[in-house]
Amino acid sequence: MEQFEPVIVAFCCHYCAYTAADTAGSQRLSYPVGVKIVRVPCTGKVDAKHLLTAFEKGADGVLVAGCLVGDCHFKDGNVKAARRVEFTKKYLEEIGIEAERLEMVRMSAGMGREFAETATAITEKIRALGPSPVKGKNCCCGKAA
Amino acid sequence: MITAERKPLEELLGYIAPYSRILLLGCNECVTVCAAGGRKEVGLLASALKMAARKSGKELQIVEHTLERQCDPEYVEEVASMVAQADAVVSMACGCGVQQMAMRYAKPVFPALNTKFMGGSERQGVWDERCAGCGNCLLGVTGGICPIARCAKRLMNGPCGGSANGVCEITPDVPCAWHLIWERLEELGQTEDYLEIIPAKDWKTAQGGGPRKIIREDLAE
Amino acid sequence: MKTNSNLEKVLAAGHLAVTAECGPPRGAMPDKVRERAAFLEGVCDAVNVTDNQTAMVRMSSLSASVIIKQAGFGLNPLLQMVSRDRNRLSMQADILGAYSLGIDTMLCLSGDHTKFGDHPNAMNVHDLDSIQMLQMVKGMRDEGKFQGGQDIKGDPPKMFIGAAANPFAGPNVQVRAMRLAKKVRAGADFIQTQCIFNVDKFEQWMEIVRKMGLHKQTAILAGVTPIKSVGAARYMQKKVPGMDVPQEIVDRMAATPKEKQPEEGIKICVEMMERIKKIEGVSGFHIMAIEWEEKVAEICEKAGLLPRPQL
Repeated sequence: MEQFEPVIVAFCCHYCAYTAADTAGSQRLSYPVGVKIVRVPCTGKVDAKHLLTAFEKGADGVLVAGCLVGDCHFKDGNVKAARRVEFTKKYLEEIGIEAERLEMVRMSAGMGREFAETATAITEKIRALGPSPVKGKNCCCGKAA
Repeated sequence: MITAERKPLEELLGYIAPYSRILLLGCNECVTVCAAGGRKEVGLLASALKMAARKSGKELQIVEHTLERQCDPEYVEEVASMVAQADAVVSMACGCGVQQMAMRYAKPVFPALNTKFMGGSERQGVWDERCAGCGNCLLGVTGGICPIARCAKRLMNGPCGGSANGVCEITPDVPCAWHLIWERLEELGQTEDYLEIIPAKDWKTAQGGGPRKIIREDLAE
Repeated sequence: MKTNSNLEKVLAAGHLAVTAECGPPRGAMPDKVRERAAFLEGVCDAVNVTDNQTAMVRMSSLSASVIIKQAGFGLNPLLQMVSRDRNRLSMQADILGAYSLGIDTMLCLSGDHTKFGDHPNAMNVHDLDSIQMLQMVKGMRDEGKFQGGQDIKGDPPKMFIGAAANPFAGPNVQVRAMRLAKKVRAGADFIQTQCIFNVDKFEQWMEIVRKMGLHKQTAILAGVTPIKSVGAARYMQKKVPGMDVPQEIVDRMAATPKEKQPEEGIKICVEMMERIKKIEGVSGFHIMAIEWEEKVAEICEKAGLLPRPQL
């Protein structure tokens, strides 16, 4: 059987995690190909709807990567994001999707290595969990569960 | 405003089990303000229902729409063509909106929310009960704080013996309404008013008199 | 005299009155009612029969009152009635029934919230609050009218009417005294207070009560409770809202060996009664020996309240 390659949608804050991903690239640190980055101006911009839609469209895991506590460029967007992640986890459980498929992490722009490590660790965690239970034939990603 | 909370997904999935084309209908009024049934919540619920159905091998077609007001016939009229295309309607309005839809359309209409109470916002994301709609407002003699809605025993001449440290005996999360009333009367220099006995309430104006109606002769058509 | 109530007679004759409490059983067990009531024979002027106490279903107060009345101990039941469980129709119906069965003394209460009991899903009725209930019972007695305004047929039910007061609850002692004033004005002939452990605070309340002249318009019976154990003392101190148990009482119980604690609890109770007796405006005692009715006689004896006057 072909190895399952999880699709992870990573909502990355422009000021930290997105730059960290860039740093990882310039340092030639690799991270799994299934990690799809969505740049956001602040994790405070990420709504529960975005997170659910990512799953609906076929993500096996979703990552919200924001600034370290106290470092948000918009005061407390990262704190709000963490609360929305918790809210969405409860929704996921009701739907029947394991809550651990959604995760919030925090890092700074210089933490390229940490980004690559986090992306790898989450991919491995999701690989162990298997494909998302709601990933059906009709979803846009195509792969049958 | 009227406050509400979403029902558990499992209950909603039970209602819509026989149907596959769903009109999910939000309301722009109170339930939007209390983040229970506005456009955003409609979007979330649509995603959630679709995913949950897909898990059990069913593809749901959900049309999302949010009305300006679901408790008025003229707005409810707007969705006639959408209702025609749906097997069932799931309403994210309060109970008034759900019924407006049910009265207008001969299609199954299910409530997505549990309508809770008439309340106000205490702070961002927190709403508390303020009015019981008793139909004969007492606020003028209770310092602007309602003992019917906010005292766990609806005491009109409280506080009961369970008031301690400003909170109600049922839970420390609930302030004692009569403690608040007393503080207000003190602030207003009206503590003597407390000695007035509020007599037995006429519940006829409340639910005791059966379903209520307001008719404004000058407006009624 | 407003009524034929024994309690009214005892108070009118100027004696320190004694009432005690008897909780009906959680089953159809009339023998249990008689068994518990028997402990109170000859030691109190009226027996409070609780009404779904702590919001737990029990034999109805009215039925247990009748059983006690008919048991032949010469006890006078004091019918407790909470507004939590019935609306004004039901209350008035029960009052007519109670009076017809020889019950002439009652206590008007709002009742513990259902949240605390065994039916937390039940609706709390509270059609009337305790003060409005007092007005209703007084109206039935003095004007012969139902709360709705129509005449009661035949003799009006002549109830000697009581109410509860908690000097220790919030917001402050001033409001607690003002609330008493409302109850007195609404028709309370006598008052039974919450269990007193903090006598200093009770004295403060009584001082305001006297200033308002309320002790002359109503008979204040001081509520006392013997503590069975240090655990019970701590529970009442921490868990019962509106209860004020000073630390020194808890410490005194804690310093007593376990097997001597019940005895110590009774000693504390009697000492407090001696102090309370000296407070001007106190007309008697309400002894709440919860599930411990057998000790009421001993407490009354030690507090010098026996024998009870026969009037």
